[in-house]
Amino acid sequence: MTRAWVSADMASVALGSDEVADALVAAGAEVIRTGSRGLFRIEPLVEVETAEGRIGFGPVTADEVAAVLDGSHRNRLGKIEELPFFARQRRFTFARCGITDPLSLLDYEAHGGWRGLNAARLLQPQDVVAAVKDSGLRGRGGAGFPTGIKWQTALDAPGGEKFIVCNADEGDSGTFADRMLMEGDPFCLIEGMAIAAHAVGAQHGYVYIRSEYPFAIDVMQRAIALAAHIVAPFTLEVRVGAGAYVCGEETALLDSIEGKRGQVRAKPPLPAHVGLFGKPTVINNVLTLAAVPFILSEGAETYANVGFGRSRGTMPIQLAGNVLNGGLFEIGFGMTLGELVEEIGGGTETGRPVRAVQVGGPLGAYFPPAMFHLPFDYEAFTQANGLIGHAGITVFDDSVDMAHMARFAMEFCAVESCGKCTPCRIGSVRGVETIDRMLAGGRGAPDRVEALPQIRNAKGGARSVNDEEVLLRDLCATMRYGSLCALGGFTPYPVLSALDYFPADFGLERPVEAVER
Amino acid sequence: MGRNESTAVALERSVEDEVATLVARHADERGGLLPLLHAIQDALGHIPREAIPLVAEGLNLSRAEVHGVVSFYHDFRTRPAGKHVVKLCRAESCQARGGAAVEAAASARLGVAMGETRADGQVTLEPVYCIGLCAIGPNAIVNGRPVCRIDLGVLDLIAERIST
Repeated sequence: MTRAWVSADMASVALGSDEVADALVAAGAEVIRTGSRGLFRIEPLVEVETAEGRIGFGPVTADEVAAVLDGSHRNRLGKIEELPFFARQRRFTFARCGITDPLSLLDYEAHGGWRGLNAARLLQPQDVVAAVKDSGLRGRGGAGFPTGIKWQTALDAPGGEKFIVCNADEGDSGTFADRMLMEGDPFCLIEGMAIAAHAVGAQHGYVYIRSEYPFAIDVMQRAIALAAHIVAPFTLEVRVGAGAYVCGEETALLDSIEGKRGQVRAKPPLPAHVGLFGKPTVINNVLTLAAVPFILSEGAETYANVGFGRSRGTMPIQLAGNVLNGGLFEIGFGMTLGELVEEIGGGTETGRPVRAVQVGGPLGAYFPPAMFHLPFDYEAFTQANGLIGHAGITVFDDSVDMAHMARFAMEFCAVESCGKCTPCRIGSVRGVETIDRMLAGGRGAPDRVEALPQIRNAKGGARSVNDEEVLLRDLCATMRYGSLCALGGFTPYPVLSALDYFPADFGLERPVEAVER
Repeated sequence: MGRNESTAVALERSVEDEVATLVARHADERGGLLPLLHAIQDALGHIPREAIPLVAEGLNLSRAEVHGVVSFYHDFRTRPAGKHVVKLCRAESCQARGGAAVEAAASARLGVAMGETRADGQVTLEPVYCIGLCAIGPNAIVNGRPVCRIDLGVLDLIAERIST
C-alpha cells in the first residue's frame, strides 16, 4: 500500500485537502494527515513515499490522485525540503510541522520530541531559567520582552500556586504561525509549557485559543489528553476565547480566563507577581513557548548563535495578503524586509508593483518599498516607527488606498477597544471622524456644539485638510502616550505611517521626501 | 390552558432545565463563566435572556456581571442566528486581496447586510477579524468550515449552500 501525507491544517482544508485525502484513501493509499509545510501556493499538497524519499505533488485536486500515485502528475515538486522556499529556512520551532502526524506520540518522539523536557528535568529550575536567558529568547507575541527575565521574576515570586498561560489569541491579521504550530505540532507547545512549569514551579497551565481557530482548539485538546501522563504532575487545559481581539493583550487575557470581560489591567503589578487569579503567572505567546524545547535540547548557544543584534534565534515570519509565495518562513533575524517580500515572497500575487507592506498586524506600520532596506529586527523596526509584532507581513499592491487603510485601523480600534481607557475608546472614534473629514476635503463650518457661545476652548470655523491633519497627529500622540495597552497605543503606527509615506491618498499635497519624523 | 401556551411553557422549561444542567457542570470550575456561556450557546444557539439569572445564581455573580460579559464578547448572541452563518473576514490581509469588494458582493448576493440576519431567518452574515488563512483570502467561515479565495464564483456556491 502506498503511503501518502496530506495536511489537515485549516488553510489546507480550505484549499481542498480533505477531498484530496478522501480520494487517496478511496484509491487505496494509506494517508497520514499532517500539519502544513507552510507554502500555500503548492497546496493541496500530497507527499508520496517512494524509494527516493517523500516526493511532493501540488497543487493537486481530488480527481487527480491516480496521477499522483503513479507519479505522472504534472505538478511534481520533488522533495519539499529542497524547494528554494524551504531550503533557505532555518526551522528550529517548525522543524516537525508538516512532516509528522501531529497527534502521534511515537512520531513526536522519533523526531526529537521530549528531549528538551527531559533535559530540563535533569536541571534545577534556576538552571533552566538561565538557559532561556542565555538563549536571548524574547517574547514572540510582539513586545519582545526577554523571556528568561520574565521566568526569573515568576520563579522568584513567593507563593505556592503558580500558573503557566499560553497566549494563543492570535488575532493579528497577517499572522497564522500560532495556529499552524498548534495544528501541526501541538506536543511542541505542550513540551514548552511543561518546561516553563518546571522552571518556575507552576502546577497548572492554560492555553487560551481564540474561537476563530476551531481546528487548533480540537487538536490542542486531544494532544493535551494524549500527553497528560508525560507532563504530569503538571496539568493543562484549553480555554476558548469569544471573539475579542483585545484578549490578546496579556492582562485582558488573564481577566478573560477568570471569566470576566476582557479588560486590560494597569501594570504594575506584573503578571509574574500578581497574575491569573492573583497568583504569579508566566504568560507567553505560542511561539515563545514552542521555541523553548529546542533551546533546552540543542543548547542555548545554538539558538543564540543565530540572529541579528539583540534579536537572537529564529522568527517564524508569515507572508500574507497579496503575495505570490504566501506562507510560513522561519529564519534567523536580520534578513531585510525587501528580501522577504520580493525574493522570498516573490512580490504580489496579482503581479502588480508592491505599494505598501504592513508588518506586525493591525497595529503595525505601513512601509513603502523605500523602506525595504530595514533588517528584520526588533530594534530596527522600533527605530523606524514600526514594529515586527508577531512577524506577519501583509503585502498590498498599487491598487491600495492608504487613507482607507488608515481609517480602517481607527475603525478596528473602535470595534475592539475594551473601553477601559479614554484615549483608545474615544480617540479611535474621533480618529475615524477626522479621517472622514480629511477625505471630504476638510469641513466648511463648526459643528453645532462648537458653535455654542459657551464653548471657548475649541477652535471654531472651517478647517482645511491640513488643519485636520494637525488634529489627527495630535490625536495619535494622545493615543500613543495615553493608552493603557498596545491596542490604543499602537493604532497610531498604521495611521501615521500612512500619513507620512502616502500623504496624497489623504488629499495632502506634500512630497513624500519632505517628511521628517 | 390552550395548546400553544402549554407548548410555550414546555419549551421554556426545557431551556431552563438545559441551562441548569450546564450551570451545575461549570459551577465549580475556576473562572467558569466563559466556558459556561460557550456551552449554553452551543446547546441553544444563543444565550437567552432567561439564562442570565440562572447563570448569575449558579456562579454567585450579579446579573449585571453576567450581562456585562455576554455583551462584551462578539461571539455571544442574545438572539438566535440564521439557519446558516457566514463569518466573512474584514481584516487587512483579506482586504489586500480584494476583501472590500467581496464584502459588498456578499451582502448583495446573500441579500443581507453585514452584521444582520436575513428576514427569512435563512442566513446571518457577520464580520470576523482574521481567521488565520491570510495568504489565501478573502476568507470566510461558513457553518464552521473554512472557505478561502472567495470571488464571485465562490459566493455563488455559498449562496447555493445556504438556500437549503
